[in-house]
Amino acid sequence: MKRLTLAALASGALFGTGLAMSGMTDPRRVLGFLDLFGDFDPTLLFVLGGAVVTTAVSFRFVLRRGNPVLADTFHLSNLRRIDRRLVTGAAIFGIGWGIAGYCPGPVLAGLGIASREALWFVPAMLIGMLVHRIVNRS
Amino acid sequence: MIGWSIALAGGVLIGLAATLLLWLNGRVAGVSGILNGVIFPRRADIAWRAAFLLGLIVAGGFYMALVPGAALPRTDYSRAGLLVAGVLVGFGTRMGNGCTSGHGVCGLGRLSLRSLVAVLTFMATAIVTTFVLRHLWSAT
Repeated sequence: MKRLTLAALASGALFGTGLAMSGMTDPRRVLGFLDLFGDFDPTLLFVLGGAVVTTAVSFRFVLRRGNPVLADTFHLSNLRRIDRRLVTGAAIFGIGWGIAGYCPGPVLAGLGIASREALWFVPAMLIGMLVHRIVNRS
Repeated sequence: MIGWSIALAGGVLIGLAATLLLWLNGRVAGVSGILNGVIFPRRADIAWRAAFLLGLIVAGGFYMALVPGAALPRTDYSRAGLLVAGVLVGFGTRMGNGCTSGHGVCGLGRLSLRSLVAVLTFMATAIVTTFVLRHLWSAT
């Protein structure tokens, strides 16, 4: 197996472990956070906080290198514009997230234990991506 | 029940995973973008994407299956709700170029203003949606 593939496998495994360990694989924890006016559950804040503080420190060091270890260049988005597309898209994603409590990472992890809800949600999510692709083409 | 220290440790692991992918492969660990690249492949870079998702699914599954007290997914949400939510999440993450991991974990880590706007926007609509469904709609 190529080293790039192996590295991605390791990163994905670490990512999935982190998601499951932090409790984000249970959408009730996520909705408990989003429901500010109910039985508030701050867990998500600790998870996102732990992740962002880590990347905010580590990315500075990583990006100081001219290039990644196994590839020629860093593939970073060079989009800067804050436009209607960004805000509308994020708003739509948020509505879907608030309905069922699943964002893409945790719901994919749910496939790993054949979660009934993930088995319904993931195909619908793929359809949503397909619809976006079709709409954007025309 | 998962305490805050375990949640924080899990968050740090997620951050380290994103660090590893950027440091070694030069790639952003944005799950919706990686998934999109597997379903609609552009160049010959399907392998690392598929490997990342495989690792996420298998390791996440193993953790939930093997670790006592792990947070298991809910099982009783309505099918229609899941389908509607799924389509919105798929469509919205593509239109807005990222989800909780791409804009949240990685974008905020890069101090991207664009990502900050995205995160504040999806947090806001998610909170409003939850409020409406749980406190206004909740005749159910």
